[in-house]
Amino acid sequence: MMPDLGAYATEIILAYSLSLTAIAVMILWIWARSRRVKRDLAALETRMNRKPHG
Amino acid sequence: MASLWEYANPVKFMKVSGWLMPVTAVIAGAMIVVGLIWGFFFTPDDFRQGSTVKIIFLHVPSALMAINAWAMMFIASLIWLIRRHHVSALAAKAAGPIGATMTMIALFTGAVWGQPMWGTWWVWDPRLTSFLILFLFYIGYIALWSAIEDPDTAADLTSVLCLVGSVFAVLSRYAAIFWNQGLHQGASLSMAPGTRMDWSYKGPLYICMIGFVFLFLALVLAGTRTEIRNRRIKALMIRERATA
Repeated sequence: MMPDLGAYATEIILAYSLSLTAIAVMILWIWARSRRVKRDLAALETRMNRKPHG
Repeated sequence: MASLWEYANPVKFMKVSGWLMPVTAVIAGAMIVVGLIWGFFFTPDDFRQGSTVKIIFLHVPSALMAINAWAMMFIASLIWLIRRHHVSALAAKAAGPIGATMTMIALFTGAVWGQPMWGTWWVWDPRLTSFLILFLFYIGYIALWSAIEDPDTAADLTSVLCLVGSVFAVLSRYAAIFWNQGLHQGASLSMAPGTRMDWSYKGPLYICMIGFVFLFLALVLAGTRTEIRNRRIKALMIRERATA
């Protein structure tokens, strides 16, 4: 299934693996930050709603 | 028809982006997977560049997004400076790290491609140099957002930086034409006669390019939603401190 990359196999594999890793890290970072901020906001809103207004 | 400015309202933006973001993410994922599998496994070797032509399916879409991410930030920054819509400033902030990653991928894949084709990883060619400067502008833009405590002041200063950096975004795109020298070729895809690329390359390349556009949209929407929530956290904390 793997195509014959000939003499340039190292360069092509390097380009694909590092680029896809960079994209995956970026997606994971955005997703993890989104989850953390969402959780912090929910906790803060719950805490503020419990406090008596006045 | 609803005015575009309605979406500058954070509540409206959160509502629309809540369903738009997963849709764009699914389209992006599907197109990138199809485009890269097609490009990597099912395209023939180029008669001059051999199998290294397969790098084009990452290099061109990432370079496209590196420049267009800055263009989007430029428009969002202008909207902030003129109309003071917070969502536009936060969208520009969210686009910064994505654009920086795309620029880094374009520079890296370009170097890896250049080594076997040009015999060097790097050369101070107009397009390569302007791309490197664009990357440094991205880093500066992200650092400036982090360095300033007051969000409105940060938005003002980063918007000005974005306007200045736009010169290099334009240069990155047209450097090969402006200077007409250097190792980097002109546009890979062009309507001009004589610049032909076979459809066996064009097909997966177009799919990857559209996939990267949707990936950028999905990530900017996700990032902007996070920034809006972060801003609300800060506002609530100020309110909490004031009522304590």
